[in-house]
Amino acid sequence: MTTLSRRGFLQTAVASGAVLTLGFTPRGALAQAAQTQQLTPFLKVAGDGTVTAIVKHLEGGQGAATGLSTLIAEELNMQLTDIRFEMAPANAAVYNNLLFGPVQATGGSTAMANSFMQYRTAGAAAREMLIAAAAQQWSVAPESLALKEGIISGDGKSVSIGELVGDAAKMDVPAEPTLKDPSEWTQIGNPQRARRDSSDKINGQAMFSMDVHLDGMLVVAIKRTPRMGGVVISFDDSAAKDINGFDHAATLPNGAGVAVYARNTWAAFQARDALSVEWDFSKAEARGSDEILADLRMQLDGEPDYNVNNADQAAVAATIDGAATTLSQEFYFPLLAHSPMEPINATIEPLENGGVRYHDGAQGPTANQMVAAQILEISPEQVEVKSLYAGGFFGRRLNGGSDYLVELTMAYALTDRTRPVKLVWSREDDVTGGWYRPMALHRVRVGLDDAGKIIGWEHHVATPSIFKGSPFEEAMVRDGVDSSSIEGIADGPYTIPGMALMLSDAKKATTVNWWRSVGHSHTAYVMEVMMDLAAEASGIDPVEFRLNHLDQNSDDGSRAAQVLKLAAEKAGWAQQGDGRSLGVAVHKSFNTYIAEVCEISTPDDTIRIDKVTAAVDCGIAVNPDVIKAQVEGAIGWGMGHAMRGEITLDKGEIVQSNFPDYEPLRIADIGAIDVHIVPSALPPSGIGEPGTPPAAPALANAIARATGQRITELPMISSTDFYL
Amino acid sequence: MDYTVKINGATRQVAAEPGTPLLWVIRDELRLTGTKFGCGVASCGACTVHLDGEPVRSCQTYIEDIEDAEITTIEAAADDPVGAAVQQAWGELDVVQCGYCQSGQIMSAIGLLRETPKPDSTQINDYMSGNVCRCATYQRIRAAVQRASEILEG
Ligand code: FES
Ligand code: FES
Repeated sequence: MTTLSRRGFLQTAVASGAVLTLGFTPRGALAQAAQTQQLTPFLKVAGDGTVTAIVKHLEGGQGAATGLSTLIAEELNMQLTDIRFEMAPANAAVYNNLLFGPVQATGGSTAMANSFMQYRTAGAAAREMLIAAAAQQWSVAPESLALKEGIISGDGKSVSIGELVGDAAKMDVPAEPTLKDPSEWTQIGNPQRARRDSSDKINGQAMFSMDVHLDGMLVVAIKRTPRMGGVVISFDDSAAKDINGFDHAATLPNGAGVAVYARNTWAAFQARDALSVEWDFSKAEARGSDEILADLRMQLDGEPDYNVNNADQAAVAATIDGAATTLSQEFYFPLLAHSPMEPINATIEPLENGGVRYHDGAQGPTANQMVAAQILEISPEQVEVKSLYAGGFFGRRLNGGSDYLVELTMAYALTDRTRPVKLVWSREDDVTGGWYRPMALHRVRVGLDDAGKIIGWEHHVATPSIFKGSPFEEAMVRDGVDSSSIEGIADGPYTIPGMALMLSDAKKATTVNWWRSVGHSHTAYVMEVMMDLAAEASGIDPVEFRLNHLDQNSDDGSRAAQVLKLAAEKAGWAQQGDGRSLGVAVHKSFNTYIAEVCEISTPDDTIRIDKVTAAVDCGIAVNPDVIKAQVEGAIGWGMGHAMRGEITLDKGEIVQSNFPDYEPLRIADIGAIDVHIVPSALPPSGIGEPGTPPAAPALANAIARATGQRITELPMISSTDFYL
Repeated sequence: MDYTVKINGATRQVAAEPGTPLLWVIRDELRLTGTKFGCGVASCGACTVHLDGEPVRSCQTYIEDIEDAEITTIEAAADDPVGAAVQQAWGELDVVQCGYCQSGQIMSAIGLLRETPKPDSTQINDYMSGNVCRCATYQRIRAAVQRASEILEG
């Protein structure tokens, strides 16, 4: 019988065969898997002693599998290299993201922040139960025994944990297992290179959802409306019928496209290209990028929709008007596609019980369940999600419309529902059918006093809201303000007196979404280029100027100052010149502080990125090498898009179509990246995204230092030549 | 049409339409999924395989043009000493992030080291510039190519 003790922990446990599984019940209590049906575990110990971590966050390269495995390995006193991992199934009650509420999802750089206690607790409980089982067997006190590398020993005896699993599963689940003291950690903070997903990805064995093949499956490609809001009137598939392998075509119930079914991927693409569709564009977007920009500018000329920080706007304006120095600048940011390396895809398969199973690099398994429940009229419990590796996501695999899941599920619903259906996007589909980083226009005025202190900052942003109209609106929108539109401006580490932050919601021309670092992807650029301009106008060194505006008595200010000083020191900030030009930026996002110094040279009057030095404070560094890799990648992401990334529209249609005209960062574009981690005892914070925001402004500030040119319109390529 | 394909030391029969890119024959018909689809237009290198030891973009190589050539994919890369060294170096340096581009990166790196056993970073940049990594693992790729070169030197 299950009894609930104080603090709601389950005290009784039942063995589940020879596998000891540990997890949390929906109320957050530890319990045995076999005990409650809905419970699925965070770790398993098998009869042969193998320990498997159950990873509840999508592994898309950001290192979640390695990170969560490290926590289990630590508490079980084993090497990270000896643990296996599995992806968790869909079960929001068990695997919810504690920071998001009752949804199972990966995003906002939360994987480690939300799992740090949870996975250690599960590991510690397993350790105590295994030891208790041995103690009982040998009739000794548990305190006299120790667990190390899968062996429990003491009292002159030793036994493998595999042999104890059955007994351990019968032990009481400790109400509050004792976590190891940080001074005893050997895996957390270990600089080893031991990614758990490395070998599979090196030998071609890793299963991405693109690699799914099920017997009898149909492959679907979709001809989508080229303009947001277009609707299918009719289609003609007579030419498609000449394609060997073409099965049939059908209009999606929402009218947003025509699904083309075929025997294999190539036939699906060929048949889709051969299809002609007549569209109703009467309600479709018709603007081009220039018109959209003009609309944004008109919004900035007018009254803002929101006074975000309830500032006395007139007083701030008056302060700036009366300042010794006044700077004023406009910044433009284009639409950007995520274009993860793996084009979007997913597979759905009918189950005997009337439910379905998705095979998906699922960023939000809860979304799969909701979509299937709605479109197929089944219950969420009938929806299984097999999570596979994602070939990058950067935010793309989850959005307010669940776009590709809806498409796939509709395409499946239109069949007789007896065969699996696999949806595959081409790169062209990806570039033209994005849920883009929104366009944004910022206008800023800054007032400085004689001593080079900022005394007023007026900031108006016009950009479409990501969250309004999405299922996440309630969580992310306060008093009409979508926090993702303005995050990183007034809530940064700087002490800026007299700030007036204003926001105007722009009309969407495309679907828009979070994109690695979300609002910070543009706000950090504006903040850090303005800080540089202000430093220059004051005749103060850019690092010193920033330090002057960081309150070292505040947590925010001191952590930002620390990374700033460290990055400057490691980059040799004091030794500029000799053809090296350095630019700096510091930013806080996802509770992580990162400063970056970009070093460039100017061969043949072009810009070459020679080196980037970063300093990071992300709390406890669970896997220092994964953190370094994430920052290296995030810097490449930030700089690459700032250099060349731009999606534009012509009469409502996306102009770019594939990598040749949405040119990604390539190997020769960027030199060495040197990442330094600040030691910390604070809980871990985000790391997948925070490296991105400071990257582009550090580059821009280096270019300004080298050439005097201040780039305020992205991408940089429209006004700057890069070394090739 | 039926074609005979020599791949990873085996001879296989496949049915495919003329004009089908080798990429889709390898993935959908032969079910070797280590070779990846990234762009379909020879712009990303994710689909790189070897044809008689030379890296090619399988998305732009057509089934009817293969004829007698020996195809090698990532699944058999370790059978060759250069391939094994590259894979070892990739592992030592934990190059991968999402991993989706890495089969192609590795197949290109093998081609580079066969041609230039001790490449400097400019030579690496030049040779590898057709391989996109959206996770931007580039600096580790550079280091791993050099590490593989060291391993091969013994
Ligand atoms: S898929 Fe062949 S080069 Fe991109
Ligand atoms: S590792 Fe993700 S694209 Fe290269």
